[in-house]
Amino acid sequence: MTAIPLGVPRRLVKFTIDGQEARVPEGSTIPDACRAAGKDVPTLCEGDILRPKNACRVCVVKVEGSRTLVPACSRKAEGGMEVRTDTERARHRRKIVLELLASSVDLSTTLRVAEWIKEYEAKPDRFGPEAARVDEEPRIDNELYVRDYDKCILCYKCVDACGNQWQNSFAISVAGRGFDARIAVEHDAPLTDSACVYCGNCIEVCPTGALSFKSEFDMRAAGTWDESAQTETTTVCAYCGVGCSLTLHMQDNEIVKVTSPHDSPVTHGNLCIKGRFGYQHVQNRD
Amino acid sequence: MEGTRFSVGEPDRGVSRRCIAFSEAMTAGGLKCPVEPDIRGDIWIKLLGNISFNPISALARATMAGMFSCARATNEMNYVAQKFARVVMGTNNVDSCNRTCHAPSVAGLSAAFGSGGGTSSYEEIEHTDVIVMWGSNARFAHPIFFQHVLKGIHNGARMYAVDPRRTSTAEWAERWLGLNVGTDIPMAHAIGREIIHAGLANEAFIERATTGFEEYKALVEPWTLSLAEKVTGVPAAAIRQLAHAYARAERAQLCWTLGITEHHNGTDNVRALINLSLLTGHVGRCASGLQPLRGQNNVQGGDMGAIPNRLPGFQDILDPDTRLKFESAWDTVVQPHYGLNLTEMFEAMEEGSLRAVYCIGENPAQSEADSEQAVRRLSALAFLVVQDIFLTKTAQLADIVLPATAGWAETDGTTTDSERRVQRVRRAITPPGEAREDIDIICDLAGRLGHEWKYADAEAVWNELRSVSPDHYGMTYERLEQHQGIQWPCPSTERLEPTYLHGRLWSPNPAERGRLAPFGLVQHDPPVDLTDEEYPIRLTTGRRLDSYNTGVQSGGFASPLRRGEYVELCPEDAERYGVVVGEEVRVSSRRGAVVAPVWVDPALRPGLAFMTMHFPDEVDTNQLTIEANCPIAGTAEFKASAIRIEKLPVATIVR
Repeated sequence: MTAIPLGVPRRLVKFTIDGQEARVPEGSTIPDACRAAGKDVPTLCEGDILRPKNACRVCVVKVEGSRTLVPACSRKAEGGMEVRTDTERARHRRKIVLELLASSVDLSTTLRVAEWIKEYEAKPDRFGPEAARVDEEPRIDNELYVRDYDKCILCYKCVDACGNQWQNSFAISVAGRGFDARIAVEHDAPLTDSACVYCGNCIEVCPTGALSFKSEFDMRAAGTWDESAQTETTTVCAYCGVGCSLTLHMQDNEIVKVTSPHDSPVTHGNLCIKGRFGYQHVQNRD
Repeated sequence: MEGTRFSVGEPDRGVSRRCIAFSEAMTAGGLKCPVEPDIRGDIWIKLLGNISFNPISALARATMAGMFSCARATNEMNYVAQKFARVVMGTNNVDSCNRTCHAPSVAGLSAAFGSGGGTSSYEEIEHTDVIVMWGSNARFAHPIFFQHVLKGIHNGARMYAVDPRRTSTAEWAERWLGLNVGTDIPMAHAIGREIIHAGLANEAFIERATTGFEEYKALVEPWTLSLAEKVTGVPAAAIRQLAHAYARAERAQLCWTLGITEHHNGTDNVRALINLSLLTGHVGRCASGLQPLRGQNNVQGGDMGAIPNRLPGFQDILDPDTRLKFESAWDTVVQPHYGLNLTEMFEAMEEGSLRAVYCIGENPAQSEADSEQAVRRLSALAFLVVQDIFLTKTAQLADIVLPATAGWAETDGTTTDSERRVQRVRRAITPPGEAREDIDIICDLAGRLGHEWKYADAEAVWNELRSVSPDHYGMTYERLEQHQGIQWPCPSTERLEPTYLHGRLWSPNPAERGRLAPFGLVQHDPPVDLTDEEYPIRLTTGRRLDSYNTGVQSGGFASPLRRGEYVELCPEDAERYGVVVGEEVRVSSRRGAVVAPVWVDPALRPGLAFMTMHFPDEVDTNQLTIEANCPIAGTAEFKASAIRIEKLPVATIVR
């Protein structure tokens, strides 16, 4: 009997990325292999610990023999595969996707997107101002969450996080079809009238800041949110005895946000309302 | 204000005033203050000076003092606190709040297996076949553990929920067994009998790894399914289904929470559940085990020795070799007998044989059953020192309050969770004002009392613990970081042990198998507080998703789910009493009465009411609960009181 469950043995898969040989464990995706090889494939909706949704299409790469470009995030590495991350066609596709997204949605709080727009020379303005569907006030119906639909790229990660992959609360889903599709709680009610239990796991996975903590939203509105001045410290939640890993995002000796490491064996990035928001007691100083 | 951090450095704080008042009282009483009573001086010198001057240490030598340590602080703090109790105060009267919740789990598991820890790991439940959640609303009380359960369910496991309430945990179950409060033992015995009669007992395991089976078989023989149905209120077919599912499963996990332990016979309840695992061999294998879900970190039964009968690393005080090891490590004499547990300490306060208490991070004035009695006892102490981050109700009774830091965010160290995983906590926040770290305060105080302890940092404390506790020896800070926490036992710095305990029971070699696990021969004993015509409703207590214990910690954030304290009734009872949601009613038990608004919850059954202890300042639920304690573990019967509901006169409602 082995001391540690080893799981199913995984052999190494050998293939090439941009002509260079890569070896990754069976089951790894192309972005996993690219990161291991030090290559940067942009992605907005990559699954992380959720199953890939293939929604954003920014991560497309060329695989020799495939008629179309493939979304890297959901494509597992196969032996003998020849992957090209930087072909003209892939670069063009990324540029178009970035232009379409950035022209219609507010990507101001999306990590790294400005950098990619520059790199792929995307020009979102060329569709004119009518392309934007940014006309909604952020929805603030409780003290913990803000829902800003202007920033939503419909990647559905929050739906998966709230659904059977993580939280199993099923408070949010996709309402409407086609261009009218949007993420909503039942009957598009205020969050406070929904099945939401305020675990914040949807915010944990939101790539664009369409879902955000009210603490962060307020600080951004006040102009005091300064990510460069923030530090992150991982500790253990002080509520029940489950022992969840908490990463405290600190700015000026205040906790401004709480997340959980996605590779934590206890939480896999999930928290409950107490762990996510129950920190205020340590900083009630008056 | 309660719930607000305080610091001695700031003027006009209750603490400073209290400290000054205390020094003045001492001076007035003819006692010589060891430090200059200058309020502008270093307040810490004054605070600690006052304590060291006080007869706390002298009283301690005559076992008249006790220490309440805090499971929610770090392991390191608990280690130093129990060392302070044993070396400086010279007493084994050291205990922590797990006495009010999971001490029966520790006592029961220790009696069966010699170790108080849960036998399985969270991840294992994702790969099991049958999950029994007994007296546990983990969906609310342990949400992230429940996500592992949900993964197990999605992977095909069948879950059975045994709970008087149809909780949100039960909503995920294949079947909900809504038993009457306090009939867990009849239910367990009936399951055991059914397993035996159906020929589903794991005879090879029973023969090899257990003792007392014949006696157990005779004990459960009267508990037929029909008798169990009569006593528990659960249909015989449902009990039979659970028995067969559990016994036939390749792998099965049995999980419980306070629904099992917070009874006057909590330890017996735990033993009754353990019997089922022994009967079927669902222990000591991967994905087969027993998982008590703890309310706090660090409560597996004396990890750090902050418990009256164990030295750090779960080592028995009565063992002379263990004592010798600690005596040479600490250069002291360890009292060769068990100390008083929290419950016994409170009783000793009543008798006047316990006169001084050093209370760290606990709020017993509100968390003990029959809170009025607890306050009276604490107030009668000759000397009470409270070390906390809040001016809690308990702190308000204290002679001296020492402002400490929050273990999880303001100090470095480790904690141990319900799956025995020791993980690093790290300092992220600079604490307010002159608040100091617990270890720092305790060591300073020890120094003033003639014990110079030098710890450079938390890691130094941890390394001292590692040197005296074989179960923790392999866990260096570096390895804890590398593995994102390590589960005890971890005797080697080279390798990791299995994720489950007691694999030894399956060994063909008797020497490796060690002590066999005895069946617990426990009898049904209904709740002490019986319902009758005067008090016809059974009140049980529990937790809500967004709140925690007495609410000191969780009251600080604006939860959209929070609606304050209610007495929850089933729709039928609400109709019977003619009350509606939001209407205030008088809730009385044989001990006290409170006024609380009504909430109607269809998850309850006629004759069953539910309350929490989250809002003691609004509704002090523990005025209703009974201090009927488990004689083995000392846990009170929070889960079963008899109450009646009365409508208030109309004038009171209108206001």
